[in-house]
Amino acid sequence: MRPFAYGRPRTIEEATRVVADDGAMAIAGGTNLLDLMKLQVETPEKLADINRIGFGEIEDTQAGGLSLGALATNTATAVHPRVRADYPVLARAILSGATQQLRNKATNGGNLCQRTRCFYFTNVDQPCNKRDPGSGCGAIDGVAKLHAILGTSEQCIATYPGDMAVALSALDASVDIATANGEKRTVPVREFHCLPGDTPWRENVLEEGEIITAITLPPPVGGTQIYRKVRERSSYAFALVSVAAIVEMEDGLFTRADLAFGGLAHKPWHDPRVGEALIGQPPTSETIDRAADILLADARGFGENDFKIPLARRALHAVLEPAAEGAG
Amino acid sequence: MSDIISVNGTPQRLPDDPRTSLLDFLRQHIGLTGTKKGCDHGQCGACTVIVNGIRINSCLTLAAMHDGDEVTTIEGLGTPDRPSDLQKAFLEHDGFQCGYCTPGQICSATAMLQEIANDWPSDASEDLEGPPQLTGEEIRERMSGNLCRCGAYANIVAAIREVAEKSA
Repeated sequence: MRPFAYGRPRTIEEATRVVADDGAMAIAGGTNLLDLMKLQVETPEKLADINRIGFGEIEDTQAGGLSLGALATNTATAVHPRVRADYPVLARAILSGATQQLRNKATNGGNLCQRTRCFYFTNVDQPCNKRDPGSGCGAIDGVAKLHAILGTSEQCIATYPGDMAVALSALDASVDIATANGEKRTVPVREFHCLPGDTPWRENVLEEGEIITAITLPPPVGGTQIYRKVRERSSYAFALVSVAAIVEMEDGLFTRADLAFGGLAHKPWHDPRVGEALIGQPPTSETIDRAADILLADARGFGENDFKIPLARRALHAVLEPAAEGAG
Repeated sequence: MSDIISVNGTPQRLPDDPRTSLLDFLRQHIGLTGTKKGCDHGQCGACTVIVNGIRINSCLTLAAMHDGDEVTTIEGLGTPDRPSDLQKAFLEHDGFQCGYCTPGQICSATAMLQEIANDWPSDASEDLEGPPQLTGEEIRERMSGNLCRCGAYANIVAAIREVAEKSA
């Protein structure tokens, strides 16, 4: 690990200032950042340990939703009584990720900002436009089993690896951000992560000096909530494909189908047309296939990850058929 | 800035070099070599310790981030003369072969039993809200952050199950 200066800001104002003015990187749980620092993928000159600035609470909002502090751990969030009762898709998504030891340390804000697990990104001997702009993409013609099939660019085919954000996307949560000049702004989770385009190093919309303070969940919507994660082993593995679904039925027809997908793209994938294709329809195989056709119309595989195209379709069937029974 | 960490009840001064992981601090600075370094990337769990009652990977955290925290390592759970219930159960059930992952397994399982007592669900729990059922599947899921390359898993599960059933 390269040498760095270490400091402990005590307030959000101090934290955004050292990140904006001194070029410090914020460290919260550190489970992803320290791993990347050991690999010298990240080489910050300064670390701002933000664990003492507050924002660790999980609280009811006035609107009836729930505010998840950015510094609250993934574990504290998944075991919170209201998350378990009112937002089970979120509890399930978090519990399906990583291990108990990692979830105990990982924070909500850090989890949103976690980096891709593309092995060309994490290996400094390989070309990667995300880590080393202009060096090329090793994955496009390389080992691309984990890689994206939607929203890719000539520059980058990496995926966003997380589970929590996929559920947050289905729930239409929002991200509360403190800016470097002492202001606040809010961004929908669905717009927080970026597609790679020509700027694959830019993974989310955070600007210089900005720090996430909370994730706000809207009031509970009920329905049948499912997080289905397909992976190569049954625990402690990243998703090949995952589906977060919130479904309601009335008289045998879908009345709600909020869907988001993990493992398919550089961001949690939410295409409103997929859910809209289901509304007012019965949960037949044909209906679900039509929704999958919309989801996958522009899908493109890169050889090793071609399997994700039929897998995403099957995962959608696997989620919606039992969900429809549960919600009927 | 205070710079004290409590390890097994003894206050210790935190290291000057901020790069020092909690794991390297425990092993190299204060000589508690029970905690093991396996992968050093949070994948194997050999470095698992309990910080303020919560199990974490000591390789993926800086010692400097633990100012004021209370750390329990395998040395703090029991001694050869007075082993903890889990330490005894691992011996009785042959819950290891080479023993390298064992301190991490036992620290992890110690904290895991508290998580079950707290009614925290896991990915293997059918019901998110009810108390977890202590099935083999639950124990395996909750211990998935601790690898054993000798493959003593069956006996590790048996050792944990015995202690869990006694304390339930």
